[in-house]
Amino acid sequence: MSALSPYAAAIGLTVEPGAAGPTLRLPFSEPLLGRPGFLHGGMIAGLLESAAIAQLRHALGETEARIELVTITVDYLRAGHPVETRAAARAIRIGGRIANLTAQAWQDDPDTPIATARINLRIHRDAGKG
Amino acid sequence: MADEFDPAAFMAAAGGFGHAALIGARYAAHGTDWAELAMDADPRLADGDGNPAFGPIATLLDMAAGTAVWVRAGRFRPHATLDLRVDRLRPARPGRTIVARGTCRDIADPLAFVGGLAHDGDPDDPIALVAGTFMMTERW
Repeated sequence: MSALSPYAAAIGLTVEPGAAGPTLRLPFSEPLLGRPGFLHGGMIAGLLESAAIAQLRHALGETEARIELVTITVDYLRAGHPVETRAAARAIRIGGRIANLTAQAWQDDPDTPIATARINLRIHRDAGKG
Repeated sequence: MADEFDPAAFMAAAGGFGHAALIGARYAAHGTDWAELAMDADPRLADGDGNPAFGPIATLLDMAAGTAVWVRAGRFRPHATLDLRVDRLRPARPGRTIVARGTCRDIADPLAFVGGLAHDGDPDDPIALVAGTFMMTERW
């Protein structure tokens, strides 16, 4: 399933395909703020989770598997300013049932991320087989 | 324990702003070192599987944990989340109000250590567990 979720649509998230995997693009809007002038940290955690799921879906190259978050650990490195934010993830290991990824979110420069995360996802490969 | 910080009044204001307003975060309850926030089910906040999306749940957990810091301190001081770990035990059931409880375990200037959980009706059957740290952005 490549369609964005209702929540992703509600926050204005779009997906930019790339050879190594997708990059998520989140234009700034007021409903993303935690306090005046700064993006909400919980929202950023959700963005990183979405980036990991999108990357795993890209890596699996199939549409049947259902993917679920198991655990995420986010480090907040810099303030999220009211500008476009991007996020992408990299798979460290993809097993039969679990995938381990890292994800990062950045604004102006991918080399100075505003947040990074370690994310473990559950893969249900029998999804869709009844 | 100072008791100048009023989480109900704080959320009445903060709940109308930004991402908290989008997800409908509101005050539910608090004690000496904990705070509970709630958000009602909203189909606009569903994930790709039709379950409540993770972003709003993480937001509610982050806010409940942050509010717990101010409850324990007895006053508001600006802080930023330093790190946050969330274990997602199971999907929240669609249609359920989600409650996040944050507990402030310790404040060691400029850091505050928090834990907590989220549930969709039964605190003994949580949907998520959280642990994290906050860093004060102004001196205590």
